[in-house]
Amino acid sequence: MAVQRINSKEIHPMENLLRMDRMPHIWCPTCGIGIAVTAFTAALEKAKIDPNAACIVSGIGCTGRVAGYVKLDSFHTTHGRPIAFATGIKVANPKMKVVVFSGDGDLMAIGGNHFIHAARRNIDMLVVCVNNFIYAMTGGQVAPTTPLAAYATTSPYGCVEPPFNIPYIADSSGAVYVARYTALHVRRLTNALTEALNKKGFSVVEVISPCGMYYSRINRLGDGLDMMKFYHDNVEIRHGEDTKNLDIGFQTKIICGKFVDRERPSYMERYNQWLSEVKSLKKDPDVSKGA
Amino acid sequence: MKADKTGVLTGSHVLTGNEACAEGALAAGCRFLGLYPIIPSVEISKRFLERAPQVGATFIQMEDEISALAAVIGASWTGKKSMTVTSGPGLSLMMEHLGLGVMLETPCVIADIQMVGPGLGLPEHPAYGDMMQARWGSHGDYEVVALAPSSPQEMFDFTIKAFNFSERFRVPVAIMSDAYVAQLKETVVIPPADKIIIEPRRYFQGPANSYLPFKRDEDLVPRMVDIGQGYRFHVTGLTHDDRGYPIMFEECQEYNVHPLVRKIRNYVDEIIDTQEANIDDAEVVVISYGAAARAVQKAITEARNAGLKAGSLKLNTVWPFPEKRVAELARKVKAFVVPEMNFGQIVLEVERCSSGHANVLFLHHGDSGIECSDGIVAAIKKASSMKEVLESTFELK
Repeated sequence: MAVQRINSKEIHPMENLLRMDRMPHIWCPTCGIGIAVTAFTAALEKAKIDPNAACIVSGIGCTGRVAGYVKLDSFHTTHGRPIAFATGIKVANPKMKVVVFSGDGDLMAIGGNHFIHAARRNIDMLVVCVNNFIYAMTGGQVAPTTPLAAYATTSPYGCVEPPFNIPYIADSSGAVYVARYTALHVRRLTNALTEALNKKGFSVVEVISPCGMYYSRINRLGDGLDMMKFYHDNVEIRHGEDTKNLDIGFQTKIICGKFVDRERPSYMERYNQWLSEVKSLKKDPDVSKGA
Repeated sequence: MKADKTGVLTGSHVLTGNEACAEGALAAGCRFLGLYPIIPSVEISKRFLERAPQVGATFIQMEDEISALAAVIGASWTGKKSMTVTSGPGLSLMMEHLGLGVMLETPCVIADIQMVGPGLGLPEHPAYGDMMQARWGSHGDYEVVALAPSSPQEMFDFTIKAFNFSERFRVPVAIMSDAYVAQLKETVVIPPADKIIIEPRRYFQGPANSYLPFKRDEDLVPRMVDIGQGYRFHVTGLTHDDRGYPIMFEECQEYNVHPLVRKIRNYVDEIIDTQEANIDDAEVVVISYGAAARAVQKAITEARNAGLKAGSLKLNTVWPFPEKRVAELARKVKAFVVPEMNFGQIVLEVERCSSGHANVLFLHHGDSGIECSDGIVAAIKKASSMKEVLESTFELK
């Protein structure tokens, strides 16, 4: 369905990076994913990324729909596997700028294994993980990020599982760039995404997002605006904070900032180094010669 | 199109089935291998990795078979022909992305070197227990192509064929081999590159803004573009329209899913490849594929020597199943004998297609003597003496 413009002279500033023929998007009112997408498209421009040489891969869920709205070569893949899919793209065509944009349930539960291994290998890609503390598309089930004691449709007596601290996992698995901001911190988020896009190696940016339809409704936290007020009053920016200290409790303080920014050889750098060594040896591989 | 000389190791070689498969892939132009190690398929990766620097191929060992096939599908969209190799337990994990490969219409090849299952089964021991899984394992409706080589030479030839079918129909293609054929060492003749026919990828050539990723040509196969070429296209594993955008109505079954099935079913004559021997005057036809087909060859000679009118139908293509030919033969012959290295999979297809017109005798894996031809000859003898079509023809000991 084409977008009906009230005034045809008005053009959305991000029109060249969004699929306007797919608007309106599916996200609920007061959802933070749209803000994350706006910050991301702004970062693409600020980082001077060639949109013809960049691709975006998403998994399943609310954030999984991002790939469908961003006008790059884009793939909407299986649940939890966008990092694995993107790894294939990056290794087969190292010239591509590869971005994975998906949610906390997708990347940290079903896709947790792919996340830590891509970080370990230091595959050159940016992973944007929108964390809304819940499985929203399926109706508000408990996620690996749901804070202890928070309610969800599958934790009707309060969540009994300790949640993942995403920056800590990323850091300890080998990511070279780790940052966290909320949907309120648009400017800081855009800057972090810009930096991460230009960083070589496995970069992770966590975006804390309000979920007005499920998380805050089930937990009686008000609507999206109330969540934004909560972020305003309870977020503390602490750059360089030890990632061990970044746990998020139920309605507790949220520490945001840039926590990791370091150098490690990326997978392709090591791979190419190995390749040049093998080639310089000029050794015949152990294969039988033609008779 | 002729094969790229770089990957073709022309000459006569003594190779295992696994090595021949790797050579077939390289000759076909495969330049990306996503793998997760599993016995008995590891020698394919070993050979591919040894040769990769020479031919400019890349590879990655992923953290599991799920991600191995995911990476292969991603890599295929960069324009590199891609494959993965596995065995039963790995194929089970790959079912998720077999479905995604079908839905995104991504050319890729899966070599399944089967072993005894279920569960952990008996690694390194040959079996053909994944035949139905390759066809039906992923959820929803779809068609795939599956080939069953029975010698190292066929491992080479069929691997090239698999890549050609995957490009021609934009569909994942499975090579259904087993531990026996994969580890068997025989002479493999690799022809010169200009004698190897390669199906080129069908690319869209028009301007970027007019590309529709799922607009089908007359033969129902859409055209591809590589990523990074400025087309900025979208594809989704959801049911979708020509633009690759999700359509979430029940009409999508007809619009999106039906063509996935029809693009294969409409071209079964082009895909199906069988080998027939002594069929003309046969009263009993042995239908076989893969490793079992080797014992059948010997059994037919022995049966003929004993004066039995036996013939053989060897299935090189297992999926799509050669329904027409089996139905035709069912009306001519007394009985089919189906030796399989499992407990009854393809025999179900034979029964379905003969629809009561011929007896079907099944010989299963284990103690029915299909490995050394004795059991097959005995079954041919029994089938020759049958008078009427039995009510229940599927018998296990």
